Amino acid sequence: MADEQRPLGEEGTDGVRRRDFIHIAAVSFAGVGAVAAVTPLVYQMAPAADVLALSTTELDVAAIQPGQAIKTTWRKQPVFVRHLTAEEIAEANDVPSADLRDPQTLAERTKPGKEAYLITLGVCTHLGCVPLGAAEGENKGEYGGYFCPCHGSHYDTAGRIRKGPAPTNLVVPPYEFTSDTAVLIG
Amino acid sequence: MSFPWAKEYQPQNGFMQWMDERLPLPRLVYGAIGAGYPVPRNLNYFWNFGVLAGFALMIQIITGIVLAMNYAANTAVAFNSVEYIMRDVNAGWLLRYLHMNGASFFFIVVYIHIFRGLYYGSYKAPREMVWLLGVVIFLLMMATAFMGYVLPWGQMSFWGAQVITGFFSAIPLVGEPLREWLLGGFVPDNAALNRFFSLHYLLPFVIAGVIILHIWALHIPGSNNPTGIDVKSEQDTVPFHPYYTSKDGFGLGVFLIAFCSVVFFAPNMLGHPDNYIPANPLSTPAHIVPEWYFLPFYAILKAFTYNFLWIDAKLWGVIAMFGSIALLFFLPWLDKSPIRSASYRPLYRKFFWFGLLPCIAVLGVVGAMPAEGLWVPLGQVAALYYFAHFLIIIPMISYFEKPEPLPMSITESVLGKAETPAVGATPATA
Ligand code: HEM
Ligand code: FES
Repeated sequence: MADEQRPLGEEGTDGVRRRDFIHIAAVSFAGVGAVAAVTPLVYQMAPAADVLALSTTELDVAAIQPGQAIKTTWRKQPVFVRHLTAEEIAEANDVPSADLRDPQTLAERTKPGKEAYLITLGVCTHLGCVPLGAAEGENKGEYGGYFCPCHGSHYDTAGRIRKGPAPTNLVVPPYEFTSDTAVLIG
Repeated sequence: MSFPWAKEYQPQNGFMQWMDERLPLPRLVYGAIGAGYPVPRNLNYFWNFGVLAGFALMIQIITGIVLAMNYAANTAVAFNSVEYIMRDVNAGWLLRYLHMNGASFFFIVVYIHIFRGLYYGSYKAPREMVWLLGVVIFLLMMATAFMGYVLPWGQMSFWGAQVITGFFSAIPLVGEPLREWLLGGFVPDNAALNRFFSLHYLLPFVIAGVIILHIWALHIPGSNNPTGIDVKSEQDTVPFHPYYTSKDGFGLGVFLIAFCSVVFFAPNMLGHPDNYIPANPLSTPAHIVPEWYFLPFYAILKAFTYNFLWIDAKLWGVIAMFGSIALLFFLPWLDKSPIRSASYRPLYRKFFWFGLLPCIAVLGVVGAMPAEGLWVPLGQVAALYYFAHFLIIIPMISYFEKPEPLPMSITESVLGKAETPAVGATPATA
């Protein structure tokens, strides 16, 4: 083909210069290389294997009396396990969902047949402080659940946000009852 | 450099001549901070604070490097290694107190430097780039100071890291994964502490680099001055050296007296006692507050307690907090008045002294207070004023204001006109 003899910088009949193609190919190749080189630099920042390895927690809820709560940890975050009293359950079920910022029922936040055990992260959904209310004598806020002192978020007896800056309910971690009282979080 | 009458560098001996032909570093210094840089003759003491900020950065870098020789960035030992610096390392207590209070004094100096720029209109043409680079430096300083404060791994370190990285979780969809990526975990832990240390070591050098750009950009038009009017002739300037090297030297002495008084007599005055309690990821201190220099911004964050439009309160708070700094990037174009110095701008001046300054003071106080009772509405009003000041008041007064008469030249403002008594020699302040 006559086209192949044409100098690099000159346009062919199709209006394309061979040099343009070489430029685009070279720059794209360098771009792909740069992205490939940056990937491990970015990826090394994500949680490492040892951090992910801590991702299950086992506990037994038998010893928690109604009205009591314990703190444990999952993935190094505090977890509240609360044995609700009958009144607390009734209180949680009485709230019309229109009153809720993040509408959810107690049943949706617990396991079937185990509604009395409310298991949530002890991490305020605002900016991550540990709310008060799990230990005896702590301020439980205006709705009798948990109170975050950092910027004043109030949670109810189902751990749902009722007042203050937090946007969502306390997070229910993935968990299951492996026996009547044994719980596996994660 | 900037004016035709700037003195040219003359090598004093054969060696300097040889150097000048190969690496003209002395020539650069001479033109930047020596006799080769002509500066308006009427600068007041507010013009000392740039040099002081540079000095404060040097203090941080030097004390930081020696602290790093004794500090260990591991959650198991970080707290103890800081106590080890305090008790066992020779002069360790001094180095740490210098670094700790050095950060506070760095911010004091930089805040005065920023308000100087706001008052005398140094952000306006032709110095917009100087101002923009300054805001970049300010942001880098905030990041550096935040990460430094995490290093001792006390209660405030840990909960500060938790709350501040929590800002990112406010971003819709990508927020939570982004936060986990920044922390390298689900909570601040070893991975976070290590990377904060690495970045805390790095960023001050990035700041030093941006400072070079800041000064480079400044030296093109040359320094502003208290009258805000342009330099017109050689009479209006004096060489930086010896005139301002000596004035800055005096200012530095005063700064060091104040700095040393705090370091030696009240080293923990500006800190928070809870940071002497080792970090406990399961218990938040009853009242967490950031370091004093972040309080006004923290108050803006806390001012949003209700969801508004389709954005929730948490995201509003974070947007407003970052926005309060980001709007400084637009200031050169928000203020349309061609007059720079507030000395000749009656309205701007009143809003500066009776609007902006009290507003920031109130925000500072509210930032330190718990989010309850009257503090909440007070913080909301002050936050509202802050934004109104920059986004509404400043653009409006540039239309309505009738400026006071400007002096003919810098020299006239210093020496006065022959007939009339020194007009504007002592510009009124309020
Ligand atoms: C922009 C300049 C800098 C600022 C604003 C700054 C700020 C801070 C702050 C606020 C702390 C916490 C002090 C405390 O409460 O104990 C800190 C700690 C620390 N900084 Fe810096 N720093 C700067 C530069 C540097 C540099 C260049 C290094 C050198 C590697 C460094 C190394 C350290 C170390 C090792 C600690 C932990 C020891 C301690 O807590 O006293 N810093 N920094
Ligand atoms: S972190 Fe709980 S209210 Fe802000």
